[in-house]
Amino acid sequence: MTVEKLKNELNLKAVCLADPEREIEGGYVGDLLSWVMGKAQSGNVWITIMSNMNIIAVASLTDVACIVLAEGVQLDENVVNTAKLKEINVLQSDKSAFDLAAEISDLI
Amino acid sequence: MNRYYYDFHIHSCLSPCADNDMTPNNIAAVATLAGVNVMALTDHNTSKNCPAFFQAAKKHGIIPVAGMELTTAEDIHVVCLFEELEDAMAFDEYVDSRRIKIKNKVDVFGQQLIMDGEDNVIGQEDYFLSNATQITIDNARQEVERFGGVAYPAHVDREANGIIATLGVFPQEYGFNCAEFYNENKIEEYCEKYENLKDKRILVSSDAHFIWGIQDKRGYFDVEDEPYSSEKVRKEIFRILRTVVDG
Repeated sequence: MTVEKLKNELNLKAVCLADPEREIEGGYVGDLLSWVMGKAQSGNVWITIMSNMNIIAVASLTDVACIVLAEGVQLDENVVNTAKLKEINVLQSDKSAFDLAAEISDLI
Repeated sequence: MNRYYYDFHIHSCLSPCADNDMTPNNIAAVATLAGVNVMALTDHNTSKNCPAFFQAAKKHGIIPVAGMELTTAEDIHVVCLFEELEDAMAFDEYVDSRRIKIKNKVDVFGQQLIMDGEDNVIGQEDYFLSNATQITIDNARQEVERFGGVAYPAHVDREANGIIATLGVFPQEYGFNCAEFYNENKIEEYCEKYENLKDKRILVSSDAHFIWGIQDKRGYFDVEDEPYSSEKVRKEIFRILRTVVDG
C-alpha cells in the first residue's frame, strides 16, 4: 500500500505529499518524541497529535513513510514548509488516533 | 561575596497534586531546616499563592522568588521566575486567559487552596490547574520575558512533562538559557547525550509536592551582596540567570 492510496482510501487531507509512491509497512502511534525516535520503524505510518516542528525531524530520523495527524491537529505554516523541504509525507484527519489506527490496520 | 543555596521549584497546596500541608509557612520553615536561602514558589499555571509565600518567607528568613510552573500546549513543563511579585501576578492574569478551563475534580486531583500569609484558606481555584495551556513551547520564553521574568524547561531528566522526553531533543531555537534537573546524578549523562545542554546553566531543584520532598541544599550561587539586602541578592541572582553561559 502506498501513502497516496492510504490517503485516498481513508479520505485523509494531504498536508504535504512529497513522496506519494512511498510504500507503507506497519505503523506506530505516539506523541512523546523520545519514544517515537526509539520505537517507530522505517516505512511505518506514524499517527500523532503532536504538532511541534520536531515531528518533521523525528519522521526524517526514523524514516517513517508518513505522519498522520489525528484529531484535526493543524500545523503552523513553517512546519508545513519544513515538511516540504525535507520531503516528509504529512496527512491529516479529524478522526482519533484510535479510529485511525484501527482503519489503517484493516487496510495494510 | 556570599553563598546562597536555592530551590526554584516548589509546589504549594494550590497545586492539585501537592499535599495540603504545603502551606506557605510550612514550606518556608522547612526550607530553613533544609539550609535553603532563596526559594521560588512554582505552582502549576498559577502564582496566586505567591503573595502569601512572600509574607511567610520573610518571617522565616528565606528570600522569596515569585514563580509558576507553566504547562505548555505540548504538555511540557517550564519554570517561570519573576524578580518582582507584581510581575508574577500580571503573568498569572495573562496565563489565566490562556488556560483550557476544566472543572477540578477534588476527589481525583485534590484541592487547590489559596492562602494568606498566616496559612488561612482565603479561596480556592475551581478549574483544574495542571493541564496544558494554549501557550506553546516556542513562545513560552518570550511571553515570560514580556512580563520581566526568566523561563527555562523543568526537570529535563524526567519522562513526565520533560522537554527532552516530549520533543526528543533539547531544542536550541527556543533560546532557553538554563535547564533544570531533578536528579543531579543525571546531569553528566544528559549533557554528553544532548549537545545543546552544554552551554546551558544547569539548575537543580526539588519539585517538591510534599513536605518531605523539599531536598537539602544542593545548588547555589555566589553573590555579591554588599551592602546586604534581599532585593540585591534576588536582583543579582536574576542577573546570573539571564547571563549566557560560555559553551
